[in-house]
Amino acid sequence: MTTPDAAKPRSTPLRAVHEQLGASMTEFAGWLMPLRYRSETAEHQAVRSSAGLFDLSHMGEIVVAGPGAAAALDYALVGQPSSMTPGRARYTMICAADGGVLDDLIVYRLGDAEFLVVANAANTAVVDSALRERADGHDARITDQTDDYALIAIQGPAAAAILGPLTDIALDGVKYYTSHRGTVAGREILLARTGYTGEDGFELFSQPGDAEHIWLALSAAGAMAGLVPAGLAARDTLRLEAGMPLYGNELGPDTTPFDAGLGRVVKLDKPGDFVGRDALAAAAQAPPRRVLVGLRSGTRRVPRHGYPVLWDGQPCGTVTSGAPSPTLGVPIAMAYVEPEVAAETGAAAETGAPESRLAVDIRGRAEPARMNPLPFYHRIHDRPR
Amino acid sequence: MTVPENLSYTAEHEWVAIDGGVASVGITDYAQQALGDVVYVSVPAPGTAVTAGEPFGEVESTKSVSDLYSPVDGEVIEANPEIDDDPGLVNTDPYGSGWLLRIRVADDAEPAGLLTPEEYTALTKEAE
Repeated sequence: MTTPDAAKPRSTPLRAVHEQLGASMTEFAGWLMPLRYRSETAEHQAVRSSAGLFDLSHMGEIVVAGPGAAAALDYALVGQPSSMTPGRARYTMICAADGGVLDDLIVYRLGDAEFLVVANAANTAVVDSALRERADGHDARITDQTDDYALIAIQGPAAAAILGPLTDIALDGVKYYTSHRGTVAGREILLARTGYTGEDGFELFSQPGDAEHIWLALSAAGAMAGLVPAGLAARDTLRLEAGMPLYGNELGPDTTPFDAGLGRVVKLDKPGDFVGRDALAAAAQAPPRRVLVGLRSGTRRVPRHGYPVLWDGQPCGTVTSGAPSPTLGVPIAMAYVEPEVAAETGAAAETGAPESRLAVDIRGRAEPARMNPLPFYHRIHDRPR
Repeated sequence: MTVPENLSYTAEHEWVAIDGGVASVGITDYAQQALGDVVYVSVPAPGTAVTAGEPFGEVESTKSVSDLYSPVDGEVIEANPEIDDDPGLVNTDPYGSGWLLRIRVADDAEPAGLLTPEEYTALTKEAE
C-alpha cells in the first residue's frame, strides 16, 4: 500500500530542496508536493518559452517482470505492450470489466521481460492490486517500486539544450516516447522523452538518494537559459492547454476511453482476451454518450470543475477542468457535453456563426462560452519522432 | 507574511483602513499567497450599497475563486481602477496599489467584529 498513514502525507526525496526554494507546499494524493514556488503563471510561461523543472516523485512506479510479463500486461491493459520493442514507451489505460477507466498510464518496455508501469499517485495502489489480480496465472512478478524511484521532469523548448551537456546519452537520437539508460550529472538514470506539458521534454527516473544532486545540477545548468522550478499549479494549466486529460477530471470509473476521445488506445484487434474487452467493443460501436470538448470563456470568470454547461439555458454537460490560460489570456475549460451540442457548436465554429446559445453556469450566473478545438495549445517547435 | 500594524482585519482575510468615515478594503498578504496568481477581481460599481458580512464580489486565481465580503455597512464610492488591467497588483502589493474598494461607512454603523493585527495573526496561525 502507498498510504500507510492518511493523516501524514508522504514526502518526496526533494522535499528539502522545495522548502529551501520557498515553495508553497500542498497535499496531493497523499503526498506533500510543491504547488508553486513563486508565481505559477511565470512558471507556466517559463515552460512554454524556456524550460521548467518538476518533481514528479509522487507518481507510482510498478515493475512487471518475468517471462509472462508481456502477456500479463496485454490481458491487464487496453493496449498491447507485447508489441513494443525494448526502449519504447506508450500511453495506455487500465480499465475495469465495464470499460470504466481505472487509470491512465505510461508503460515503458525496459527489456524483453521487464516493463515499468507509471501510474497516477492517487491510483498507484489500485493499479498495483489490479495488476496482481490480472497477472494471476502468468509467470510475472508485480512490484510497487514507487519508493525506489525519484522522478524529475525537465520540460520546455530549452530542455534538450540544458540537459544535453549533463548526460552521456545523445539526445538527438532519443525519439519521443522512448527511454534510455545512462547518466545525468554522473548519476545513473532512466531517461525518457515524455511529458505532460505539451512541450518537448524529458523525464528522469533515478535513485531517491541521487535526486537532489540531479535537480541541483539541472537548476545550475539551466539558470542562464531561463529554467525555473515549476509546481503542480503550472503543471495543471500546462496540461489543460495541451488538451491532456487528468484522471479524476476527464477520466474516471464512469468514463470509457472512447468518452474521452481516446479510443485509439484501446487495441480491440489484439489477440487474446483483455479486461474490459466486451464493454469496450460495445462502446466503440455505440453512438457516443457524451463528447469531450474544449471551451473558451466569453468573460473573465473561470469555468471550473463541476460547473454545468448550458445550451439555451438548459444543462447539457459538465466542466471537467478549467483555468485561466496564461498562453491564451482567457479562461479555458474542458467539458463533457451531449453529442448533439458538440455537433451543433462544432458546425457553428466552422461557419463562424455565433454560439450565443452555449454558456457555463458560473456560480449561478450563465456566462457565454464558445467551443475551441482541442488542444488549445500546440507547440511549433519541431520534435524528433 | 506581513500584517501591518495600522490596519484592521476580517476573518475572511481582508484588511480595512477607516479614515474620515471612508473604509479602504483589500485582501491580506496571507490571502494572496494562499490564492496564488490573481487573474480577475469583480467588485461592485460606485453607488452600490453593501452590508457587513455579505458577499459583494469575487477573486479569481489560477486554482480557485473566492467570495469577497464587505467588512462594513455603507456605499461603494470607488473601485481601484488599476485592478481590472493588472489584477496581479493584488499579489505584488496587497496593502498598497492592490487595494480593491473604498466604502463610505454608513453614518449609524459602528464597524463591528473587526480583528486587530494580533488577532488576525493568531487566526492565520490556527489555519496552518
